Amino acid sequence: MEVTELVVYGSILLLAAVGIWGILSRRNLIKLILSLTILQTAVNLLLVSVGYISGRSAPIVNGDTGLDGSPIGEIVDPLPQALVLTAIVIGLATTAIALIVAVGYYRSTGTLELKSWSYGPSNEKEVKK
Amino acid sequence: MMEELFIALWVIMSILAIAMAIHAVLSRDLIKATILMAGVSLIASFLFVLLRAPDVAMAEASIGSALTAIILVLAIRNTKRFEEGGGEK
Amino acid sequence: MMERYDIHRSIPAILLALLVAATIFYAFVEVGFGEAKVDEEGSVSNRFISNSTQETGSSNFVTAVVVNYRGFDTLGEVTVLFLASAGMGAIVSALPAGDKRKRPIPPSLILTAGTRLVLPLIILFGSYVFVHGHLSPGGGFQGGVIIASGLLLYLVIFPEWKAPHKALALSESLAGLSFAGIGIIGLAVGGIFLDNVISGLGEAGMLVSAGLIPLIYIAIGIKVGAEMTGLVARMKGGDA
Repeated sequence: MEVTELVVYGSILLLAAVGIWGILSRRNLIKLILSLTILQTAVNLLLVSVGYISGRSAPIVNGDTGLDGSPIGEIVDPLPQALVLTAIVIGLATTAIALIVAVGYYRSTGTLELKSWSYGPSNEKEVKK
Repeated sequence: MMEELFIALWVIMSILAIAMAIHAVLSRDLIKATILMAGVSLIASFLFVLLRAPDVAMAEASIGSALTAIILVLAIRNTKRFEEGGGEK
Repeated sequence: MMERYDIHRSIPAILLALLVAATIFYAFVEVGFGEAKVDEEGSVSNRFISNSTQETGSSNFVTAVVVNYRGFDTLGEVTVLFLASAGMGAIVSALPAGDKRKRPIPPSLILTAGTRLVLPLIILFGSYVFVHGHLSPGGGFQGGVIIASGLLLYLVIFPEWKAPHKALALSESLAGLSFAGIGIIGLAVGGIFLDNVISGLGEAGMLVSAGLIPLIYIAIGIKVGAEMTGLVARMKGGDA
């Protein structure tokens, strides 16, 4: 295992772990959606980092050479980047739908907390209808 | 040389991103958490540039840190700013 | 504020999250980082890298993959965006009314004058990004979102301005129809849906090149800009 591998994948997965922790431990709906966004960012970073090739340039050519004058074959993998581009745009759409559902939950119950679904002893206040 | 620069920039930026993400999850003020989440997205777009993905970096910078933050702030404006729980605020 | 959290109750969550991360890390160590995985003969990326410049005429490989090789997938993606926008409209119209007590703070002169000055420049930059999608980083999605962020600035600075939902719906429908129409042109002339029938037109690296790719990206840019503006305007109004 090389040090680059350890640093890159380790840091990205720590970011993903922070997102998963937020989803599991918070009870506020908007905070849940926000944690989901952090997890999504981490997963996109992970997918793009799989396609990275050290020492090569971005997947754009300028005539017969790459952007930094390297030969035309010397570029990183463009396929994960195209897929992640799709994933980012779709992610915004799902976040917007989730947020408007959260606003609807707030309008009909008066709270954003998911008290009755949670574990632990703090179930004292019932959701008011 | 390029590899050392890559690792140094990556370590600094990812430590910053992870710290901001932890603070965003812990903070009771949802507006503050949203701003911190936008910061995580901005750092992620810098990391995309390091990974030689300029297209994805542009999409992440404009969607992740601008539009998602605006939508979250507007949703918070329609609901409540502070998370309920043990303490005051 | 944050120290009031009872950390001990989220320890199981932290442990579970770290366990998931460690499992994925163990899988990704096998994949390797920074290795030249695309050089193997027969891999999909290798096929794209070797032939894309001749087949599509696009200088940007990501654009070639998104619009040309995976064009049908992109059509599905803009359909998902349309469904999200329409679904938000449906949910918003069914919401119970919120409290109207929140009065917006009137904007200052600097904000209004600055917004009127900056908005045309933002729209120009967004158009530049999606027209040059086949030559430089960027494309329809990025350019459309830049235009939407400019309109959102206007929406935030002038609170009494109502977003023109009819005009937005019209432009988004026309852009979506022209995307599908370009696909049908490919079907009629080349025999394949979204076939890039005029890919040889122009010289690679110039603005007029890459055949139908700039046209499709212009349609996507207008559609994404209109959809994102409508999405956020609905979220702002809560009752629009």
